[in-house]
Amino acid sequence: MHVPDGFFNAATSVGAGVVSAGTIAVSLKKAAAQLTERLVPLTGLVAAFIFVLQMLNFPVVNGTSGHLLGGALAAVLVGPWIGCVCIAVVLLVQGLLFADGGLTAYGLNVLLIAIIPTFVAWGVFKATRSFLPATRGSVVVSSSVGALVSVPVAAAAFAVLFAAGGSVDLSLGSVLAAMVGVHVLIGIGEAVITGAVVSAIVAARPDVVYGAQDLVPDPVLWTAESPETGEMAA
Amino acid sequence: MRRNLRLFLVAGLLVGLGLALFVSPFASDQPDGLERVAAEEGFGDAAENHDLADGRLADYGVDGVDDARVGTAMAGLIGMLVTFGAGLALFGLVRARRGRPRSPASPPASSPQAS
Repeated sequence: MHVPDGFFNAATSVGAGVVSAGTIAVSLKKAAAQLTERLVPLTGLVAAFIFVLQMLNFPVVNGTSGHLLGGALAAVLVGPWIGCVCIAVVLLVQGLLFADGGLTAYGLNVLLIAIIPTFVAWGVFKATRSFLPATRGSVVVSSSVGALVSVPVAAAAFAVLFAAGGSVDLSLGSVLAAMVGVHVLIGIGEAVITGAVVSAIVAARPDVVYGAQDLVPDPVLWTAESPETGEMAA
Repeated sequence: MRRNLRLFLVAGLLVGLGLALFVSPFASDQPDGLERVAAEEGFGDAAENHDLADGRLADYGVDGVDDARVGTAMAGLIGMLVTFGAGLALFGLVRARRGRPRSPASPPASSPQAS
């Protein structure tokens, strides 16, 4: 779903860039409050892993493919604040090194791929978990539901933005229907992959998973409110 | 419960490298959802060439590597390592700028009761 240069007029690209920059700035602030020394390599791993998963296009329907966006995975593994920054890093590498995602569309891509899916998935994850028992299985199911919802929502956001500031004048309805239609299917793939990865990690190391901290008897990794300052605090 | 994270990180990187090297060359190369919709709805032609389309790794290939699958695998490997490094650098910087609670020689102005 990487937006190339030329799809949006300048005002929309700049507007999306401003919104994205503001959100990433807030996220970095929140990330700084959460990060401990030990978490830094984990954030790098999450970014790198999502880069690879985004390369794995899977076929969906008549000659169309899709790939993971990674918002749900990032949100559940490292929380939405650090998570959306991880994906913004992925998008930067893709744009600069692999000519994937237009450079003038970077703000749009951060909004549509890094920010919207991550926070939508996190909200859906939390809401779903609140209805389910406090088990690892619930974490997996809720991750998948978050993933499933996040992709068509991002696709719908694209359609709305395109109606507002796309370079071609098209009715919102037809673009919206087409985008959401195909991305519901891609969302199913996203749900399967996210569920598989979260399931493997939460089975082996629930203490690493941000979205499963309440299941860990003695969480240390994500108790960042009292960073290393407190480590020898009498 | 201070379990070792290193093992987890190494395992995660190995799985990622395996996917980059051995799975990404076989990923679908058909148009993705947005490309398909753009073509069908008639705005696909609005896409402009990428400014860095001549880059040595453009489109997940490697300049001079003729075998597309080998090129994709190499691009995946490079991209994964670069992304890992970029993530480490950025979050390391974010972490460092928060202040250095561990450093015993803290600036004179900081009072111990603060925060």
